[in-house]
Amino acid sequence: MEKKHIYMLVASLVIVIISLVINSGAEFAGADGMAEETISQIDSNYSPWFSPLWEPPSGEIESLLFSLQAALGALIIGYYFGFLKGKRQVKNDSGKNIVR
Amino acid sequence: MRFLMVLLLIFVVPSFGFSMHIMEGFLPPAHATFWYILSIPFFVYGLFAIRRILKENPKQKMLLAFVAAFAFVLSAMKIPSVTGSCSHPTGVGLGAIIFGPTTMTVLGAIVLLFQALLLAHGGITTLGANVFSMAIVGPLVSYFVYKLFMKTGKRTLAVFLAAFLGDLFTYVTTSFQLALAFPDKSYGMWYSFAKFLGIFAVTQIPLAIIEGFLTVVVLDMILKYNEELALGGEK
Repeated sequence: MEKKHIYMLVASLVIVIISLVINSGAEFAGADGMAEETISQIDSNYSPWFSPLWEPPSGEIESLLFSLQAALGALIIGYYFGFLKGKRQVKNDSGKNIVR
Repeated sequence: MRFLMVLLLIFVVPSFGFSMHIMEGFLPPAHATFWYILSIPFFVYGLFAIRRILKENPKQKMLLAFVAAFAFVLSAMKIPSVTGSCSHPTGVGLGAIIFGPTTMTVLGAIVLLFQALLLAHGGITTLGANVFSMAIVGPLVSYFVYKLFMKTGKRTLAVFLAAFLGDLFTYVTTSFQLALAFPDKSYGMWYSFAKFLGIFAVTQIPLAIIEGFLTVVVLDMILKYNEELALGGEK
């Protein structure tokens, strides 16, 4: 990892922190519901003609599913980087220095 | 400096945000059908593109899983934005740069389907429209921005701009789709477009920057171990 990358990761973190500080009073809701509001401002007669087949019964279940989604993805990402690193080690020293 | 102040002001003025996808049932049937029909050819082309990629180089199966996983992780992360609401990055720029745009149409559609069925996030009726914005327009913008800026020879810049603009244009598209379905009664469609854009795009700018950074870091790490990897994918 180069210096450039570390700066980028730190900058990403700073962007998030600034957002939280600037609007410390805000709700930070995902606010799908708010879309409804804008749409009903424009067209007060519109009502959704279809509703989700299944909804997570609570915010907890929803965050469980979201974290599961992230965890599965992270698992594959970590596996792949580990694989690449191991492959390179085998190539470089014919596997002599692999910790068993 | 004045520009920065104005920019800051836009961010500080509290507005509300959406999470990114168009909610279930929120596009009239004719619109929902239209976006489905428009998306299908890209999806089908993407299936063939993936088949060709795996045929030419079966070893890329793992990298394909990796770019899908990257989109999976990024779209699961709801990040607070300066507007006081949360949204999430798309993660499709990386795959579009490596494999090409329509490969990400297929992978992005899978992510969207997962979120629609299990998280009531987005929807089945609006899937066509959401695929079009996140899995077609986003990757296409990323792909062509990458190609364009690689002419300067600066890969970091090209990758950053590709991911940043792909992310942003996904939301511009979403705003357009909503404006088309809900034109303002007295001022027309473009007024609605500006309204939706004000909500979506502003919230998304900081997140798009973050996506740009993450894409650069991850792609550089992949290239470090895969010197022979050819970027740019589909012909």
